[in-house]
Amino acid sequence: MTATEPVTSIDQLSALESEAIHVMREVAGEFDRPVILFSGGKDSMLLVHLAAKAFWPAPIPFPVLHVDTGHNFDEVIEFRDRVVARYGLQLEVARVQDYIDDGRLTERADGTRNPLQTTPLLDAIAEHRHDAVFGGGRRDEERARAKERVFSLRTAFGQWEPSRQRPELWNLYNGRHKPGEHVRVFPLSNFTELDVWRYIAREGVELPSIYYAHTREVFSRDGMWLTSGPWGGPRDGEEVVTKTVRYRTVGDGSCTGAVESTAETLDEVLAEVRESRLTERGATRADDRLSEAAMEDRKREGYF
Amino acid sequence: MADLLKLATAGSVDDGKSTLVGRLLYDTKSVLADQMEAVERATVGGGDPDLSLLVDGLRSEREQGITIDVAYRYFATPRRSFVLADTPGHVQYTRNTVTGASTAQLAVLLVDARTGVVEQTRRHVAVMGLLRVPRLVLAVNKMDLVDFDENTYWRIAKEFTGLTDALGYAEDAVVAIPLSAKKGDNVVLASPNTPWYEGPTLLEHLESVPVEGADHDAPFRFPVQYVVRPRTESHPDYRGYAGLVAAGTVRVGDEVEVLPDGLRTRVEGIDTADGELEAAHDGQSVVLRLADDLGIARGAELAAPGAPEPVTEFDATLAWLHEKPLRPGARLLLKHGTRTVQAIVGAVTHRLDTEDLSVVEDPGELGINAMGQVSLTVSEPLPLDRYDDVAATGSFLLIDAQAGDTLAAGLVGRPLVARPLEVH
Ligand SMILES: Nc1nc2c(ncn2[C@@H]2O[C@H](COP(=O)(O)OP(=O)(O)OP(=O)(O)O)[C@@H](O)[C@H]2O)c(=O)[nH]1
Ligand SMILES: [Mg+2]
Repeated sequence: MTATEPVTSIDQLSALESEAIHVMREVAGEFDRPVILFSGGKDSMLLVHLAAKAFWPAPIPFPVLHVDTGHNFDEVIEFRDRVVARYGLQLEVARVQDYIDDGRLTERADGTRNPLQTTPLLDAIAEHRHDAVFGGGRRDEERARAKERVFSLRTAFGQWEPSRQRPELWNLYNGRHKPGEHVRVFPLSNFTELDVWRYIAREGVELPSIYYAHTREVFSRDGMWLTSGPWGGPRDGEEVVTKTVRYRTVGDGSCTGAVESTAETLDEVLAEVRESRLTERGATRADDRLSEAAMEDRKREGYF
Repeated sequence: MADLLKLATAGSVDDGKSTLVGRLLYDTKSVLADQMEAVERATVGGGDPDLSLLVDGLRSEREQGITIDVAYRYFATPRRSFVLADTPGHVQYTRNTVTGASTAQLAVLLVDARTGVVEQTRRHVAVMGLLRVPRLVLAVNKMDLVDFDENTYWRIAKEFTGLTDALGYAEDAVVAIPLSAKKGDNVVLASPNTPWYEGPTLLEHLESVPVEGADHDAPFRFPVQYVVRPRTESHPDYRGYAGLVAAGTVRVGDEVEVLPDGLRTRVEGIDTADGELEAAHDGQSVVLRLADDLGIARGAELAAPGAPEPVTEFDATLAWLHEKPLRPGARLLLKHGTRTVQAIVGAVTHRLDTEDLSVVEDPGELGINAMGQVSLTVSEPLPLDRYDDVAATGSFLLIDAQAGDTLAAGLVGRPLVARPLEVH
């Protein structure tokens, strides 16, 4: 260890980091069986990075849970496994495919599986008796998320009832819940997309390669560039083209769009995020465009 | 680097808070294209987009046309970054207003120019005063509906400053701006309709108002969150106390008191995952290593020597946030710092009347949204500061032990100092 210069006043990224670490330590202190939702995406990777810093020099005291839609990008799964090994994490996987195979869930007509994640997620929470579940949600993502508390109480059915959310005063968090209920915890609540990228740059956090520009065969649907995969490919009349793209979010491959981009480095991504005229969800998620209240409805059902 | 201002809106229902927030975001070009499209689609009856829909994000909010829960929005100008909490005006959701205000450095209180100051305005100003939100802006809104009448503005500003004066706000902590959230007058752009107004636009004011920074000279306070004991090969004997510096500064070598026991030890090291520090200030998450192993666990507080003696009986002011009223004899949980203890409510000694800011003695109970003073007894001694001295360790929650609900925001001492208003 090296002694650093005394700090006089902390900058905004450090303040956001300190706040997230404080939240994680509160959870470690007050809950019995917390878990981090880890998809391999940038926000969940930040959770792992922050957890490592929060408990240093001890290892991360939480397992991670991946709700696997079966529609994965190979690069992301490879990255997930590497992170799990690097931090010595225990990985729990809830597979949507298992539910489809044995008939508990039915594939949707449109083939997207994001909406199918809720049941496997809630079952995994119940099975492992998790009482606190860390999510990478940020308030700047969407109007319904802007209403979210840092500690968000969920019923035994995992449901979010906005009118029942507790007042959240100062930084005193109330994590009390009844048996069967759990609390979703959002340490990144006050990060914006730009803060996330600035923090990733400052900390040198590694991300799956698909966050940076690469060439890929894509086809256009609903105004988004989708890619072929186990989830299917272009329909009749959807023409496949080769483009230089990157992903701003990572989710179910069937409904996560790539954006045209030549940003190959962190600095270039940062510049692009600064200039963007679309939110990351608006640019890349078909499922959030379904209706005016798509995100709220899925949150109410127990989705992240 | 540009600094940060945290602000909250407040004011009665329909006074235009969400529209104002939407206007601020829109006129500072902080609204992205897909967000604006969503607002245009949702605006009823066509016409100009309803900017309040940028923040009223819940279905029931859009259906009822009111704000129900706090929305947090972020925007930045070249001069400053802002965290904005848009709170509901409806009295039923005052708990969410208190939530938004508890972390605000500035509150924008809106008043409808046609109706002027109403009880809900007084209630919200009292909440801001109680929580010691350092600065207030009076936004006299909907000036377009009173023909931008100068006298209307002055009359409301005068009544408002009477209120803030009674609550102990200094003159320079309160600024009054005539504006129209809907039309944009004096929000970001100076209005041609108010030639008689020479002050700043709302944004100019928000960009230039001094921000009460952290007070590094405050006495050091550090509630212990978690004991870090890796017991790994590389750190077999490491033992550190993790927490967020709640107030003041700690330096390597400092003597600290362990509360509530009162034992003393010395700070041997300040650790972070990025390396050791010589000093840490309020707002920083760190791990402290101490010279002695005193069996410290979560719930203890490390403090600069000379902190107030821990107590089991004390007076406090509450903002009561639950439908179920508070009555003497109630048994509750109290969360202070990282410690949760049992509490019994002795007497409910005072209640603030938000109609005229008079103090009612022996009100018997506190109903929902009431602010008042109580005496409390707790099961274990707590290292309390007065809220006015150290807000972070002078505040607490009251929690329902069975249901788990948060019932009240608590402030140690008697910060409820209002001078009754002369009611006209
Ligand atoms: N003419 C005019 N109308 C306004 C102005 N500001 C807001 N309004 C209208 O007043 C109504 C209420 O506005 P909101 O912004 O929803 O009010 P609010 O204070 O957020 O309401 P709550 O959050 O429910 O307390 C809407 O119809 C607005 O269009 C203004 O400056 N001029
Ligand atoms: Mg509103």
